[in-house]
Amino acid sequence: MENYYQKDIETASREQITQWQSERLAAQVKRVYENVPYYRKKMEELGVTPEDIKGIEDIGKLPFLSKADLRDAYPYGLLGAPLEDCVRIQSTSGTTGKRVIAFYTQHDIDLWEDCCARAIMAAGGTKKDVVQVAYGYGLFTGGAGLHGGSHKVGSLTVPMSSGNTERQIMFIQDLQATILCCTPSYAAYLGESMKEMGLTPDQIPLKAGIFGAEAWSEEMRHSIEETLGIKAYDIYGLTELSGPGVAFECSEQNGMHINEDHFIAEVIDPETGRHLPDGEYGELVITAVDKEAFPMIRYRTKDIVALSHKPCSCGRTHVRISKPKGRTDDMLIIRGVNVFPSQIETVLLNLGYTPNYQIIVDRVNNTDTFEVKVELTPEMFADSMGAISNHQAAISEGLKNMLGIKAKVTLVAPKSIVRSEGKAVRVIDRRKI
Amino acid sequence: MSVKQISVFIENRPGTLMELSKALSDKGIDMRAFSLAEANDFGLARIIVRDVDEATEVLKEAGYVSSLSEVVAVAVPDVSGGLFRILSYITEANVNVEYLYCFLGGRSGKAYVICKVSDIPAAEASLKKHGARLATQSELSQL
Repeated sequence: MENYYQKDIETASREQITQWQSERLAAQVKRVYENVPYYRKKMEELGVTPEDIKGIEDIGKLPFLSKADLRDAYPYGLLGAPLEDCVRIQSTSGTTGKRVIAFYTQHDIDLWEDCCARAIMAAGGTKKDVVQVAYGYGLFTGGAGLHGGSHKVGSLTVPMSSGNTERQIMFIQDLQATILCCTPSYAAYLGESMKEMGLTPDQIPLKAGIFGAEAWSEEMRHSIEETLGIKAYDIYGLTELSGPGVAFECSEQNGMHINEDHFIAEVIDPETGRHLPDGEYGELVITAVDKEAFPMIRYRTKDIVALSHKPCSCGRTHVRISKPKGRTDDMLIIRGVNVFPSQIETVLLNLGYTPNYQIIVDRVNNTDTFEVKVELTPEMFADSMGAISNHQAAISEGLKNMLGIKAKVTLVAPKSIVRSEGKAVRVIDRRKI
Repeated sequence: MSVKQISVFIENRPGTLMELSKALSDKGIDMRAFSLAEANDFGLARIIVRDVDEATEVLKEAGYVSSLSEVVAVAVPDVSGGLFRILSYITEANVNVEYLYCFLGGRSGKAYVICKVSDIPAAEASLKKHGARLATQSELSQL
């Protein structure tokens, strides 16, 4: 039996969804044109007026917004509602540059929490569940979003925040937590720690996990599911667009349903800006049609996904996006070759290693150096230099086959790769170009 | 008859060896012998200690990856030719030496050869046949 939070909305007909989106888009554009001079100017530059936008078929006429716009307009330039109507801000971790500050009215908080509640119920959550939220609390949206969603579902919410692994495990055991919400890298880490403590999957009460805020591969999903004995669901979102819950996975675990009553998804060719058909990978562009305080229109997420309008066995009708293949901005170009960190993760998992790695890129004498640090695990260790070197060689070979370029593989001490706010620091690019 | 040795992975950069010795020293672990092998970017420390279980636990708590392996320990008179004779007995049994290190046994006036070999029973049999004295774990502990 599929579990829904707002069944009528989540299973609405395509006509109904299109009607909501068209009406809300037209109203949103009008409101933004009147209240946000920054975006109005962008529209004027393209010669577009609110009257030109009658429905979603006109969305391509509107200008894009990007992270650069958020920086230019920092902090209040994109505010769509009077500051006195705002009740909260959240902010990005700032890992890729300047922080973004997003504003929320109470209406915005409610719709965000509804989206998270849908994700929790799609993962099988009910009011009888104990939801341990191990995303960071504070400015980061992860903690606040899932916390609010869990309240709306009526689950018992355990506001752990990230870190303090021993305490996390103690609460999971003592309160019999059934759903874990955190970043996938932290879930993997918790799994490793529980395994080290001698806990087998059937001794861990968790049944599901909702993991997001960083890209992760199918292989990593399987590894987490196995260690923790759970179903691991992906959730998608960006601070600019509320936070987690823009899209979420259902029981099918094959793509994430965009909450289309609140968000319009487009996939474009990042070079030309043209729309791409279902199944083709391109940059995800999202329009928030009824957010008041921070009304992003055609926001370029930099995430590389493909859309699918195919019917889903869960009964939800909202369009699905694939797991992001990477981000246009975390794609590294090393010696002229495109490298996504997720490819390195795939190589490590396929070879049976844990995906605790870090990429270090530098430029020496005009040549890119490419080093991958991999945390040594007890399974890789032996009392023989040769045996350890063989692991290095196997990883090196795997990377060469996957990427087409050679990497220097360095084995480092366990747990020595920095984890920040639960997000692993995967890439250090020291090149000054 | 063989002896247990602890092997520990360490990164090859300044300070890691000091950190390892500090972790052991903080818990009062007394080492009998210590040897270090290095590749380009990592090292392998091999240690003989008084209490193997205790040291293993201390290393685990400090976050090190380690393993136990069986090595052959031979007590030899501290005179010229001592090592040569031991190696000739091992060679006679057609056994390969993977690595080896030696230390002096202080007041005992003996030297000890610690040896990782491809075939422990064969090496030990040949050593015994020639009258070489194999050292036990407790003998090393009491030095």
